[in-house]
Amino acid sequence: MTAVCPECEGPIRLAEDLMEGEIIPCGDCGAELEVLSVTPLKLGLAPEVQEDWGE
Amino acid sequence: MRIAVLCSQIRVEEKLIFQAFERRGVSVERLDPRNQVFRLDGRPASYDVVLDRSIRYSHSLYVLPILERWGVRCVNRAAVVATCGDKVLTSLALSRAGVPTPPTVLAFTREAALAAVEELGYPAVVKPVVGSWGRLVARVHDRDAAEAVLEDRETLGDWHHQVFYVQAYVPKPGRDIRAFVVGDEPIGAIYRTSEHWITNTARGGRASRCRVEGPVGDLAVRAAQAVGGGILAVDIVEAPDGRLLVLEVNHAMEFRNSIEPTGVDIPGRIVDYVLRVARGEVP
Repeated sequence: MTAVCPECEGPIRLAEDLMEGEIIPCGDCGAELEVLSVTPLKLGLAPEVQEDWGE
Repeated sequence: MRIAVLCSQIRVEEKLIFQAFERRGVSVERLDPRNQVFRLDGRPASYDVVLDRSIRYSHSLYVLPILERWGVRCVNRAAVVATCGDKVLTSLALSRAGVPTPPTVLAFTREAALAAVEELGYPAVVKPVVGSWGRLVARVHDRDAAEAVLEDRETLGDWHHQVFYVQAYVPKPGRDIRAFVVGDEPIGAIYRTSEHWITNTARGGRASRCRVEGPVGDLAVRAAQAVGGGILAVDIVEAPDGRLLVLEVNHAMEFRNSIEPTGVDIPGRIVDYVLRVARGEVP
């Protein structure tokens, strides 16, 4: 499964078990992308790291 | 048995956890706080167990008590997450349990914080009370640096950046330790080695195996129990005199870089613990 990076329009290879909400990096531009929807496939830029993000 | 995972963005860790549930033939639901409206006036429990894997402390901080109000058993418990997400509450819990930590003080004005830094001695570390991945953690080597950092926090920060958490810097040997605790068991540990004094693997620290049997594991379990127990990652630093000191306890630990060096199926151990909780085998 492939998609196009919404930031740089580079090709992105996606895993078969893709999940909504998954964070994936674009291999071309390095942007962090969030899977907004699996069916239909929709990628968006992941939100910037927020102050309360972490582990 | 209804089990849900509380999460919004899916990191590698969450994906591995979902896969571990699937391998055990257990179906889990996903509870994304972004898509929910939570009633605060009580309602019947909709899940038996919810595993918190939210990347956002603010979501966990409020959703878990709501779920517990509904009668849902949360892993980790709401009180544990509230404690671990706040460095002041963590320090107090560790202190109460007699777990060794670096000397740490709290101050509420720039002037008082500067006096605190001078009393602890240089270098000292100024940390935000809430935050992760080493964000905005500053090591100050002299009065000039301390004044600059404290003024920045007071001027540019929100109110919680004006709560000054100051800790003595421990001159560690180019590495610190992260130990993973599940229930009462230390399941593995890594050294995090870095040229930089901040050794988080999220910031480029390299992970290698650390022996968890013995003092490291014992201290990690004591620290985990001090904050209320559950599934926790304890950050430990080795002082020059050989003592092990606890820096913090993480409630939604990342572990992607720790599976290979420890040889431990960390997501599998997490899921097995959640299933034990769901079966009522964990008090």
